[in-house]
Amino acid sequence: MSDRQYELVYILPPETTEQQAGELHEQVAATVTRLHGVIEKTENWGRRKLAYEIGHFKEGVYVLEVINGSGELMKELDRRLKVIDQVVRHMVVRVDEEKKVVERTRTKRQSESERRRVKRGLPPQRQPGEGRSSETDESDDDRFDGEV
Amino acid sequence: MPFGQGRSGGGRGRGSDKKDKDKQQGQRRPMFRRRKVCKFCADKIDDINYKDVKLLGPFVPERGKILPRRISGTCAMHQRKLQIAIKRARQIALIPYVTD
Repeated sequence: MSDRQYELVYILPPETTEQQAGELHEQVAATVTRLHGVIEKTENWGRRKLAYEIGHFKEGVYVLEVINGSGELMKELDRRLKVIDQVVRHMVVRVDEEKKVVERTRTKRQSESERRRVKRGLPPQRQPGEGRSSETDESDDDRFDGEV
Repeated sequence: MPFGQGRSGGGRGRGSDKKDKDKQQGQRRPMFRRRKVCKFCADKIDDINYKDVKLLGPFVPERGKILPRRISGTCAMHQRKLQIAIKRARQIALIPYVTD
């Protein structure tokens, strides 16, 4: 109930093998289970170029773990990762609240649009080929597109 | 003393400049200016995530600074979220702090 969701990202040296990464993942998993947490998802992004040099590394292996657990767990994990030399950089971010907000705005928008459509006497879902097509939407698009 | 004088003079000068410009614009806007719309509101992007480098990229010009709102047209709420996302992405070296 009181479980929070966190995302842990860590960077390993570029020469790290799958096996070494797996070992580190095991270490993380052990700590998580010991403090009554659950790893929801693990993603290995593979080798990526770093935006800036960290130490003498220009590339790194990124690993993302989504963890459900308590604050104490993450504190312990943070402390441990700081000690492990193999980890070039790591970051812990709490995500459950943001996710909730995103979810809420999304459902709110959807229900709002459905309500309006029903009021106009249309079916609540948008039909294929209805209204302005997306191409015309693009052509008179005058909003910021990344160029200054 | 000379500094102060120079500055006040500059201020006056700037003021009159502005007035001229205002008059010009009042008659007809000489330069076409794009209407700025918040990208995130327009595209209905709810989640500004630090992992999404493609999304954040356009808001971090070459120099590595965060693009100000007055240029990008992003609304206050989304600029705030964008700022947090960019700072997080910087921490794990997805986006540079500085480049020169």
